Order: sequence, then C-alpha cells, then structure tokens
Amino acid sequence: MNPEFFIPIPVLLSQLTLGLVNGAFYAMLSLGLAVIFGLLNVINFAHGALYMLGAVLAWAGMNYFGVGYWTMLLVSPLIVGIIGIIIERLLLHWIYELDHIYGLLLTLGITLVIEGIMRSAYGVSGLPYAAPSELRGATDLGFMFLPNYRAWVLVASITVCLATWFFIEKTKVGSYLRAGTENPKIVESFGVNVPVMITLTYGFGVALAAFAGVLAAPMMQVSPLMGQNLIIIIFAVVVIGGMGSIMGAIVTGLALGVLEGLTKVIYPQASSTVVFLIMAIILLVRPAGLFGRDK
Amino acid sequence: MREYKSSVPALEIEDLQGWYGESHVLHGVNLKVYPGEVVTLLGRNGSGRTSTMRAVMGLIGARKGSIKVNGVETINMPTYKIANLGIGYCPEERAIFSSLSCEENLLLPPKIRGAGKGMSQDEIYEMFPNLQERKHSQGTRLSGGEQQMLAVGRILRTGANLLLLDEISEGLAPVIVQALARMIRTLKEKGYTVVMVEQNFHFAAPLADRLYVMEHGVIVEHFEANELETKMPVLNELLGV
Amino acid sequence: MSAFEKELGNSSKNISKILKSKSVSWSLVVLTSLLLAPFIGVYPVLILKILCFALFACSFNLLIGFTGLLSFGHAAFFGGAGYIFGYFMKSWGIPAEIGIILGVGFGAILGYVIGSLAIKRQGIYFAMITLALAQMVYFIFLQTPFTGGEDGLQGIPRGKLFGFIPLDSDLVTYYFVLGVVLLAFLAIVRIVNSPYGQILRAIKENEPRAVSLGYDTNRFKLIAFVTSASFSALAGSLKALVLGFATLTDVHWTMSGSVILMTLVGGLGTLTGPILGAVLIVMLENKIGEIGFFLAEVTGIQWFETLGQSVPMVTGIIFIICVLSFRQGIVGIFTRVCRPGR
Repeated sequence: MNPEFFIPIPVLLSQLTLGLVNGAFYAMLSLGLAVIFGLLNVINFAHGALYMLGAVLAWAGMNYFGVGYWTMLLVSPLIVGIIGIIIERLLLHWIYELDHIYGLLLTLGITLVIEGIMRSAYGVSGLPYAAPSELRGATDLGFMFLPNYRAWVLVASITVCLATWFFIEKTKVGSYLRAGTENPKIVESFGVNVPVMITLTYGFGVALAAFAGVLAAPMMQVSPLMGQNLIIIIFAVVVIGGMGSIMGAIVTGLALGVLEGLTKVIYPQASSTVVFLIMAIILLVRPAGLFGRDK
Repeated sequence: MREYKSSVPALEIEDLQGWYGESHVLHGVNLKVYPGEVVTLLGRNGSGRTSTMRAVMGLIGARKGSIKVNGVETINMPTYKIANLGIGYCPEERAIFSSLSCEENLLLPPKIRGAGKGMSQDEIYEMFPNLQERKHSQGTRLSGGEQQMLAVGRILRTGANLLLLDEISEGLAPVIVQALARMIRTLKEKGYTVVMVEQNFHFAAPLADRLYVMEHGVIVEHFEANELETKMPVLNELLGV
Repeated sequence: MSAFEKELGNSSKNISKILKSKSVSWSLVVLTSLLLAPFIGVYPVLILKILCFALFACSFNLLIGFTGLLSFGHAAFFGGAGYIFGYFMKSWGIPAEIGIILGVGFGAILGYVIGSLAIKRQGIYFAMITLALAQMVYFIFLQTPFTGGEDGLQGIPRGKLFGFIPLDSDLVTYYFVLGVVLLAFLAIVRIVNSPYGQILRAIKENEPRAVSLGYDTNRFKLIAFVTSASFSALAGSLKALVLGFATLTDVHWTMSGSVILMTLVGGLGTLTGPILGAVLIVMLENKIGEIGFFLAEVTGIQWFETLGQSVPMVTGIIFIICVLSFRQGIVGIFTRVCRPGR
C-alpha cells in the first residue's frame, strides 16, 4: 500500500468523533430551521446570527456580570428566545401572506443588522471563552483523547434534539404544531390560538440556535461572524434532508458532520466544501432530498 | 319553528360583505339560525355559500357587516376566538392532516372551554365504526368517505354546539351519504344547531328545517321546510334541480 | 358605462404614451450626461463602477424580476469572472476583449452547472441551493493559489483593446466600458421584450400553467439562468478591468445580497429599477461616512459618526424597510404616483 494514502485508524476514528460533534450542531440548527419553516413558511436566515448572539451573550455574561457557563446555558437561549418573539411580532408577522422569498430577504436584513451591531461593539476578532472547570481535561477512548467538553456537547445536543423530536411527534401540543404545518387556518378554526403558537415556535427555534451558540462558545472563538458561514452549511443540510421530517433533519445533520470529519482525513482541502458537494449529488440523484416532502 | 324565534339566534348574519383579496364575493348576506335548527344553504357553485361559512370563521380576506354567534359580535375577532364561542367547522376540502394518524386527527381539536360536554370518543366511534378500525392509519390513507366521517367526527368532541358543515355529502357513495343523513338527525335530536352548505338537494332538503338559496353573493330565497312543495318551481329555476 | 370605460382606456393609453416619450427623453438626458461626464469633472472610475453594478443588477433582475427565480449565488458569476479575467490578463497578457470573453465564458459555464442543479427544486429551495453552491465556489477561490487568497488579485493590467488600443488612460477605458455596458443594457431590454421574455414572464406568473401550455419550463429557466449568469460575469469582468483588482469580497455571499438589495430598492421586474437601485446603493456605500457625520451634526447624537463602519447594518435596515413597506421599489412607487388607479 502506498504509505501516503495510509490512514491510521485512530486518526480516522478521532476525526469521525469530532465530525459527529460538529454534526450535532448542524442537527440542532437545521432542526430549528425546519420547525420554523414548517409553521411560518419563512427560511430564517437570521438563524446563524442568533446562534452567534447566543455565544456572545454567554461571553458577555461571563465578562460583564461574572455569570458562569451553566447559568448562561439557560439564560442566553431565554434572552434570544425573547428577542425572537419580538422579531416575530414586530417584523415577520407582516409577511406571511407574501411570497417565501420576502421571508428570506427580511431575515437576511435582520441578520445584517444583528451582525452589524455586534461587529461595531466587538470587532471581528475572536473573544476567548473558557470551558467550565468541570468539563476541562480529556478522556482516553483508546483511539483518542476526547476532550470532556466535546463529549458533553455531543450528549447535550443530541438530548435536546431528541427531546424536541419527542415533543413534536408525541405530545398533544406537538400535534397542533404538525397539523399547523399542514394547514394553520384549519387548526385555528378548531379554536387553537395559532398566532401565539407561531410566535412561540419562532422563539423556540431561535432559542435552540442560541443554545447551540452557548455550547459552541468554548469550542471555537466567539466572534460576530461565527454564524455567517454556518448558516449556509445549514441551508445545504436542509436541502439534503428536506424539511418535512424532524428526525430527518437530526439524522442528516449528524451524518454530514461525520462525512465532513471523514473528508478531513482523506482530503483536508475539500472539508469546507464537501457538504455542498454532497448537496449537488443529492440534487442529481434524489432531487426532493433524503426525507423530502416539499411544501 | 316559531318557538325558536323568541330566543337569541345561534348565528345571526347581517349585511355581510366579504372579499378574497381584490375580488368582492359576498354582497350583503342576511341570515339567522336559531338554536336547535338545521338550516341548509343552497345555491350553484360560486354563489357564495362556502364563502359565507368561511366568513363566519374569519377565514376570508376581509369582511364587513355583522356576524353574531349566540349574540356575540365576531366581525373583528380572530378565527380561534370565534371557534371558542362554540363553533365546529367542517371545511369543504375536509382538511385531514396527513402527518397525523386517524385517531390523532380525531383528537386534535381541543375541548372548548365553557361549552357543553360534546360527544365522547366512544360515541363517535359508535356512529362511525370505520374510524375505530382505521384509527392507526395515517390521515391521508383513509378513503374519501372515512376522511369525511373523520372531518365531521372530530368537531363533535369539542363541545361545539353550532356546526358548520360544508358539502359533506360531496363525492361520496350513497351508503355513506345515508350514514351522514342519520348522523344529522341524531345531532338534531341531541340539540345541535347545524348549518349545511349542500349541492346535493335530495340529501339536504329532507333534513332541513329551513332553507336559504344564494346567488351572486346574496340570499335570494328563504323558506321553511313545509313550503318546499310550493317553492319547487323557483328552486328549479335557481338551482336546476 | 362603456363610453366611460373607453374614455378611461384612452386616457390611460395617452398617459402611457406620454410616459413612454418621457422615458425616451430621459434616456437621452442620461446618455448625454454619461457621454459628457468625464469633461465636467466627474471621476470616471466611480461612474464606471456604478455602471458595472447597474449591469450586474439588471442581469440579476432578468431572473428574479422576469422569471421569478431568486438566485442567492450571483456573486459567484460576478466575482468569479473578475478572477478569471484578472488571471488571464495578468499571466497571459491577452487583449482586454479576449479577457472579457473568457470571463463571460466562465460565467456561462458556471451558470449552466449551478443552474441545472438549482432548477431541480423550486421556490425557496432554489435560493438556498444557489447560495450553497456559490459558497462552494467561494471556498474554491479562497483555496486556489492563483487567486491570492485573502489578498485577492492585485494590479491587473488593462492591456490593449483588440491588441492595439491601450486602455491605460481612464478616458479610453471609460468610453469602451460605457459602450459595452450600453450594448448589454440594450440586449437585456431586447430579451425582456422578445417572445422568449414573454414565456419567462408566463413562468413567473404561473409555472404550472406554462407547463400545461406545453412549455418545457425547466429549459427556459435554465436558459434564463445562464443568460443572467453571463451578463453578471460580463459586469464582473468589466469591474476587474476598471478597478484593476479582484478580491474575495466580490465572490462572497454578501455581494449576492447586495445585488438583491439593489434590485429590490429599485424595483423588481422593472427595466430601470435595478439601475437606479445600483446607483443608490453604491453611492450610499461610498458616502455613508459623510451621511453619518451629517446626521451626528444635525441630531447631536455622537453614535452616527460611526455609521461609516457599519455599512452592513445600514444595508440590513434598508432591506427590512424595503421588504416591509416598499416592495415595488422606487420605480414601482413612481409609476403608482404617476398613474393613479393602477
């Protein structure tokens, strides 16, 4: 075997594990995007910016008020959720009857404003944020030393994803949500307060993004631009998975993270583009997406 | 019917104007339905019967005039509040949710606070045994008849007392149409107020206490069930029955 | 009643005639001032930059405004063509028009690839796919050695036109680029008004109906996409020629966002809207610092002085305002004011 192409198994396994952690972020974000699109018919471009806002708030909590990681893991999504509710009531609310593209353009505008504000406050360089002391260090998995923090991220995000799935697929309120995705007017004619449901769904979706942001803060540099490229990857994930299925979004997100990790081992230069490449292939073979059910 | 007319109407529509975007579809509809009555709206396609129902539920673009439900003005209310006054609406397109199972569809509409008890799930299954057999099937896997039973059945559970049924007999086999007719008689016995939009004259006429005929977005005829014989010539002209 | 209607029809016909003759005279005014601009002390490079963006916006509008497809990846054609033009001009020393042709060719091929993938999905997915594929192109340009990475491609020579007219002087470049841009505008107007343009509009209005009339709408959409990409590439090549550099900014998705904004501000689906929008947005980006200082002086709020560093925020606000209340854009509002009752 040509030694140049020889990939040591431990390296492969560790990249796959790290890929899975990244995939957990894709899963959480594409899940929120899909839930919001389902009910609001808006592709929330601002998802990346609100993810960033979650991370920045965690950093700000620590630096200005000395509020630690665990508190911010709850407070930050809460604040972003409230911001989301305000955004929905104030802006998105007016455009549901219009062509979908206006939702995309409006949330693009919101993105530019949020990122602009953060940029003028913090510049573009990264802000360091330390992992909580309980989660420092690493665990020997045999093939790699997995940083404890990443293990936590994986567990936390998959738990949140599954909880969301359970809530939507298995509860009464979830059935309103699923029905509302198909025909909000009829659900409202049953006496369900759909306008409030829409507002809360947007709030929940972006709170999920903020939660992901806080989880990401100790792993990567907190920066006003950290959501910019991520949102486009999430779009690709959503095109690949299709937005019809919650579990589809979760599985697609995780799988793409793993594939990205694999690419880092085989051909590192392509790791930033592999998701887009897979999207192109999926469009050729299965245009409706893996779990496709187009609206 | 005389005895009803002293009480507050379950539904009272006065000079209702309605629009879908730019197009003006209702031009001053007036009708009254008293508690316990079965009233049928007849008319050709496009005469505004479905739009009237949708207007009552606040599902059309814009509406003006007055719609009172049990004496409460609803013209400026959002749809969910109107429904919570005790209305059950069965839309023409049935609107069965494909991502929900048959039973989930049936249990979807929440109980209306402060309203009557409504039928129990068992009573509904008794009325439509098919639904019980298919309760785990996905909503859109059901046959047209089953979907129709489900669409009607699910609004009986909520305690709603005023039922708006849009074209429930449309496109169904005679056996099912008969079952639906039996259901409406049962509902009447139980004291429900029913407004039906019907194309199928032979289904609707024997069930109704009173009949309204619509054309071009207004009510053009109104008579009681016992006047049916004498009104047949007019009906023939208006509906071509 | 019918007499009244007739009269109404006549008067509206008259108004449109007046508007038409007005728009002809307006074009003459604009054209003359463009021809004379360098002599009355206007910096030609700024005008050319605006013209390039105007052409970019018009070609983008060919898709969104006349076919109803929102591409979120037009930066790939615009910026990409700039790189291709720059690379060949710099390392091969070819005549400028060949460089432009190569740039446009690149745009057409890339447009074909991205277009054929994107038309497999509709509506909002189309926008997401074009955005994702353009982002892939961005990463490729970021990593490929010839583009100079973060620094971009600097000092692109303008070369010689047809091999013997040197384009070193801004004035010669000015008239050459002006000529090309005007020809491109005419071509776009011609396309929009052709029977082919009618079919595109039919697809925009109601695609299923166009399909049922027997049109292979996917083919028409693809042709429209490639055409639009090619014109965008032309605009990008010209911009690289004028400014002498090509950078990642022009390939980044924010550029795709900018061109959407220009078109939206000017008026989707109008011929002059994108031009006006481009003028407005480019001027705004250039002058925003000064506007900020002015506002700070007038209102006494210090914060406005930092406005110069917050171009994205200001564009974001314009986006929000446009989507919420000015969806017809400047031209749309103008026509509504001039032709009441429509």
